[in-house]
Amino acid sequence: MYSTFKRTTAALALGVAMAAPAAAELTGELRIFLDTSNPAPRATMEAMIERFGAQHPGLEIETTVIDREAYKTQIRNFLTADTPDVATWYAANRMKPYVEAGLFEDVSDLWAEPEIADNLASTKGALTIDGKQWGVPYTYYQWGVYYRKDIFDELGLSEPTTWEEELSNCQKIVDSGRACYTIGTKFLWTAGGWFDYLNMRTNGFDFHQQLANGEISWEDDRVKQTFANWKQLIDMGAFIDNHQTYSWQEALPFMVNGEAAAYLMGNFAVAPLRDAGLTDDQLDFYQFVAINPDVELAEDAPTDTFHIPANASNKEAAREFLRFVVSADEQTEINNGANLGQLPVNAQSAVDDDKFLQQGFEMLSSNSPGGVAQFWDRDAPAEMAKASMEGFQEFMVKPDNVDRILAKLERARGRIYDN
Amino acid sequence: MTVAADASEQESWFHRNQQSIAPWLFLAPGLLFFMVYVIIPVFQSFNLSLYEWDGLGAAEYVGFSNYEDLYWEWVDRDAFYISMKNNLIWLILYLAAIPAGLFIALFLNQTVWGIRLYKSLFFFPFVISQVVVGLVFTWFYDPTFGLLNEFLGFFGLGPVNVLGDERFVTYGIIFAGLWPQTAYCMILYLTGLNAVDPEQIEAGRLDGAKGWKMLWHIIIPQLRPATFIAFVVTIIGALRSFDLISIMTQGGPFGSSRVLAYYMFEVALSEYGFRMGYGAAIAVILFLIMLCFIAYFLWSMYREEKGH
Repeated sequence: MYSTFKRTTAALALGVAMAAPAAAELTGELRIFLDTSNPAPRATMEAMIERFGAQHPGLEIETTVIDREAYKTQIRNFLTADTPDVATWYAANRMKPYVEAGLFEDVSDLWAEPEIADNLASTKGALTIDGKQWGVPYTYYQWGVYYRKDIFDELGLSEPTTWEEELSNCQKIVDSGRACYTIGTKFLWTAGGWFDYLNMRTNGFDFHQQLANGEISWEDDRVKQTFANWKQLIDMGAFIDNHQTYSWQEALPFMVNGEAAAYLMGNFAVAPLRDAGLTDDQLDFYQFVAINPDVELAEDAPTDTFHIPANASNKEAAREFLRFVVSADEQTEINNGANLGQLPVNAQSAVDDDKFLQQGFEMLSSNSPGGVAQFWDRDAPAEMAKASMEGFQEFMVKPDNVDRILAKLERARGRIYDN
Repeated sequence: MTVAADASEQESWFHRNQQSIAPWLFLAPGLLFFMVYVIIPVFQSFNLSLYEWDGLGAAEYVGFSNYEDLYWEWVDRDAFYISMKNNLIWLILYLAAIPAGLFIALFLNQTVWGIRLYKSLFFFPFVISQVVVGLVFTWFYDPTFGLLNEFLGFFGLGPVNVLGDERFVTYGIIFAGLWPQTAYCMILYLTGLNAVDPEQIEAGRLDGAKGWKMLWHIIIPQLRPATFIAFVVTIIGALRSFDLISIMTQGGPFGSSRVLAYYMFEVALSEYGFRMGYGAAIAVILFLIMLCFIAYFLWSMYREEKGH
């Protein structure tokens, strides 16, 4: 009798605590799986989890860090067997297979809380499937053109804003014996970045998403126009030679040595460029230029996320952890220059002083009216992403094969989306 | 009389059948593991190839549609066709390891000072991991900084981007693979050469055989067992070529260096894959091709045994 009474009061207390989440006393075990295996992100995450643990002394937290690449295959196993309570993953189509298989917990209730609904509104779309939300974002970063300011100065060039300026700049760079852009397409996805930008600038964000969703033919004239624009750059020798043999890191030295003037990349490229000896006076950033003046500018800004597996055992603590992760202070802390060095998702957070983060934040918050895409291999289904990025790579090496490549992608579209 | 009959009745069932049971007892652990990890999965693969399954949800029975897709890829000269073609190139060129291994073995089968060191140096590539071999050759082929183009430049040739050109990439990888495989064949032949009967050589010499004649009529026939093993190992090695491709090119550029084993991995298990049924269908095709060779080997082994 006594124990029943005690349990009831505990439940009551919990009910009261729910109203004021900060006071909730969490108990039991919380198992967190992370894919942040590189040293800096790993330390950031572990410090954050420690702060969370300090707030909830009753909670026993166990953290497992898995190599980022290995994580991509292991997640399929651990979501069904040996399930953690919280796991990192990516937004948009990359989470769709798990949502459809019923392996991710619906966390729409979190998104209904005003604290999250108001401050994370910008990324809600990327985490929504079938009108429900399936996770929360913890960081994102801008894409754009990182370039060698000293080379631009030497050639008397300024940051371009239109396609014509871009082409004339590039012509001068090529004439000076350099390549305009470095790129390494060995692992294919870098070519996806170029396609994202060229297609979003030529046909707009909505068209791009429809193409990713299989609603538009690859042999559509508008898609062909995107490739025609791309071909202009390829034909003038804008890209470094032999890019198909390099990874994105192996393509960095071309820019560091001044053999290429710019790199279309995510903000994570800044750290290795600085490590290689480029100073902030030599390195600068501009938004990818407008091509078709009739479409609004849209950007790539991939979002990394936390999810609760459907089979998790301590969902109460997991939800509390998700609330903690997206809180303004934590977002400011984990995304600052000393930690992840990326952009916080919470609108109330402060962006680090770093000039690239400031420029990126400025660009994403005020100059991408078209929308924010996740990235080609997260927006398109995995199979289509693979087939198309292989096509992009082939196109960049052999632009004359464009018709054959598009016909092949159209066949792939017919197969991939019909079920 | 009665005593003897009693004694035989007292012998346990095990004792009476010891001769026929013992080999099975010894085989049992091996057979069990072979069943669980090889035979049963083979049949599971056959079964899986009739389904469409992403590894998460429910598998959907689709009959032979996976094979139909493969057929169309064949007709379109798409990924499956390229994989098959590359497998064939691997199969033929990889056999070069056998004569090369024989040649080096003959060369090293001498008694000179320090020969053990030379033997070790030649055997070395087989000892290091395929991953390292792949990386070393990737750097060697690098179009901008690689040694190969430095070397070609010396003769006023090149530059050649071996791993980035769909015409050369498969040959480049096979060449890298031949390095350790030749060492393996060499070791097989060195062992074989130890067993060559000196009396036959002496007899040959008395009959006036020298050089090529000696090699062809006296030595090589005696190396038959070594040749057989080298052949089996090389064929199977060529058909399951995977690690070098994964390390050096990941099947690229644009899928032109894929082979069946890698293509299967790509569609079923890699980052953008997870078409388990389709991967299984490719595996079944690869299995059937291997089965032809294995059946031939078993048959010729059986014939050999019967001859003795």
